[in-house]
Amino acid sequence: MVNENLVKNVVKEPYKYGFVTDIETEKIAKGLNEDIIRLISQKKEEPKFLLDFRLKAFKKWQKMKEPDWAGLGYKQIDYQDIIYYSAPKQKEKISSLDEVDPKLLETFDKLGIPLTEQKKLTNVAVDAVFDSVSIATTFREELAEHGVIFCSISEAVKNHSDLIEKYLGTVVPASDNYFAALNSAVFSDGSFVYIPKGVTCPMDLSSYFRINSGDSGQFERTLIIAEESSSVSYLEGCTAPMFDTNTLHAAVVELIALDHASIKYSTVQNWYAGDEEGIGGIFNFVTKRGKCLGKRSKISWSQVETGSAITWKYPSCLLLGEESVGEFYSVALTNNLQQADTGTKMIHIGPKTKSTIVSKGISAGNSINSYRGLVKMGTKATGSRNYSQCDSMLIGDQASANTFPYIKSQQPNSEIEHEASTCRISEDQLFYLQSRGIEFEEAVSMMVSGFCRDVFNQLPMEFAAEADKLLALKLEGSVG
Amino acid sequence: MQSKMKESDPILEVENLSASTDNLPILKGVSLTVYPGEIHAIMGRNGCGKSTLSKIIAGHPSYNITNGDIKFLGENINSLEPEERAQLGIFLGFQYPIEIPGVSNLEFLRVSTNARRKFLNKEELDTFDFEELVKEKLEIVKMDHAFLSRSVNQGFSGGEKKRNEILQMALLEPKIAILDETDSGLDIDALRIVASGIKKISNAQTGIILITHYQRLLDEIKPNYVHVMSDGQIIKTGESDLALELEKKGYEWTDNFIKET
Repeated sequence: MVNENLVKNVVKEPYKYGFVTDIETEKIAKGLNEDIIRLISQKKEEPKFLLDFRLKAFKKWQKMKEPDWAGLGYKQIDYQDIIYYSAPKQKEKISSLDEVDPKLLETFDKLGIPLTEQKKLTNVAVDAVFDSVSIATTFREELAEHGVIFCSISEAVKNHSDLIEKYLGTVVPASDNYFAALNSAVFSDGSFVYIPKGVTCPMDLSSYFRINSGDSGQFERTLIIAEESSSVSYLEGCTAPMFDTNTLHAAVVELIALDHASIKYSTVQNWYAGDEEGIGGIFNFVTKRGKCLGKRSKISWSQVETGSAITWKYPSCLLLGEESVGEFYSVALTNNLQQADTGTKMIHIGPKTKSTIVSKGISAGNSINSYRGLVKMGTKATGSRNYSQCDSMLIGDQASANTFPYIKSQQPNSEIEHEASTCRISEDQLFYLQSRGIEFEEAVSMMVSGFCRDVFNQLPMEFAAEADKLLALKLEGSVG
Repeated sequence: MQSKMKESDPILEVENLSASTDNLPILKGVSLTVYPGEIHAIMGRNGCGKSTLSKIIAGHPSYNITNGDIKFLGENINSLEPEERAQLGIFLGFQYPIEIPGVSNLEFLRVSTNARRKFLNKEELDTFDFEELVKEKLEIVKMDHAFLSRSVNQGFSGGEKKRNEILQMALLEPKIAILDETDSGLDIDALRIVASGIKKISNAQTGIILITHYQRLLDEIKPNYVHVMSDGQIIKTGESDLALELEKKGYEWTDNFIKET
């Protein structure tokens, strides 16, 4: 038996992003109704089509039932007890980053995302979202020279409403699911990316989502469009303060790849997970989906999910274009009383489409970590292929891991391959490493990152190093 | 146990050691002292406690010491963690080296070598310097560089695993190496490579304990002392000819010693 106490110590690293920024905010009243939605739309000075989109979604949401098929255990959410719009008070018009409230800049500084001209990261453009609004986007001019649009979705609604009207809700329709409908009704901000035909985005694009307020939900909306023969790599990071209440985060992400276009979407999710007793933490109920619309288009999701009290998330690919490619690489780590139900859907519609799924779940403490995935071969998906590999690692003897692969094939001329394994960090493996002078905790993190290597290899370099560190921190004290 | 006077202090002293796992006594009063430059062989039937003794010296958490002491260079190490013992210079060559999927052998070797170097106040090696060092050591066990890029022991043949153990010993330069059935599962050529590797690594300052069933390893590495274990005790100690006698007469012969005592 592995020593339980040692395991616990490894997972106990305090959450270092748990601070709250003390800033004057503009919040609307709690509750959800048509007037609230009109108010949000009005605050954002939205065109009529968008208000209609929101109201329609709200009507659908009212008729829908909160899903319970994932079997996640959580307290009933009171949707009337949530603030749907919360923004830091700022000057009316901000023309440069220097006019952003220093407190906000300092907040992002502390999170390791400096935004100011002097300090900003040099190799990646950042859109920083604070509660309901985007406060700054770096490198906009440089990107504009290449025709790349990278801005908050609110801005895109104003300046590129044709693109928004054309694509918003085409990948994740408002009626898709309960949380997507909610998001469609009340979404506040998020990022918008447009890569024109033939352009390889000159730098990585990144959004950093920060929840600061304890009583408001975050409902961000991201839309990425890659025109013919273009490509982009997009990164997403998330943190939140430690509150003893649960905060709802219901995001929708839509990706569209046209002929020969490629989108790589990487996430490091480190929302506050709640404490050891499971008090507090983010409910992360997210709908992410990409549409490989064009021939030979490619969408690749990679995610490292370590935070949130509950994660319910299935980044998926609709493979319409002939020979289009979908990928999903995931590491999900749960500890204490965290629950994660995550996986993907690969819907093969076009012929000769290909998808790869590599999922690594690590459960420690009393957590529950499930992979849930669907691979579907449609009637026209002749010559299509899928390969899935789902591995689980258990740390300690109180954690649980599940794998729920759903496979549906309507096309005999297609191949689906599924491999799954479950392992436990054994005392003998730990002893072996220790007997070579390697400290216990380093031994655990070596084994965990070894387990995740196939996925880490898919992450952008800086992200891979960060993910590795993050896992080591999360696991500190968890194995014994 | 040693009759002649020794000039230097012992490396390892096991004094009247008793130990159990899950309340089941495995060792029942084992004493063993190893001086620098000595080679000891421990023989005995399966289940007599040989492997347990080696694991307890290395600090395996599954066993409880119920009585007695283990001293390394005069200091009691009963309560040290396995990694602390390894850093001090205690090396255990595993009978069944453990597979660790996903962890590259090269990285593993580098991290462990640096842990020992750090303890010795030697500079830790970066990837480039380590490459140089490991190349040199690969020669000793005649291993191909390709082994380094694979996961630790994963998919290695029995012989490759054992050679990987000796490679680790060469890198860690232990004060004392306990080699648990390093000869089992080796063909004659591999046995020679492993034996010559052990001889190259050991010197007048190091001690070696060979746990084995067979004379053939002892033909290659001649021990100063041979101990016979039975039911958690050392029941007879002799010089290298004891192993030959044992080979001839079998363990049944040793059963008589127990009756005598």
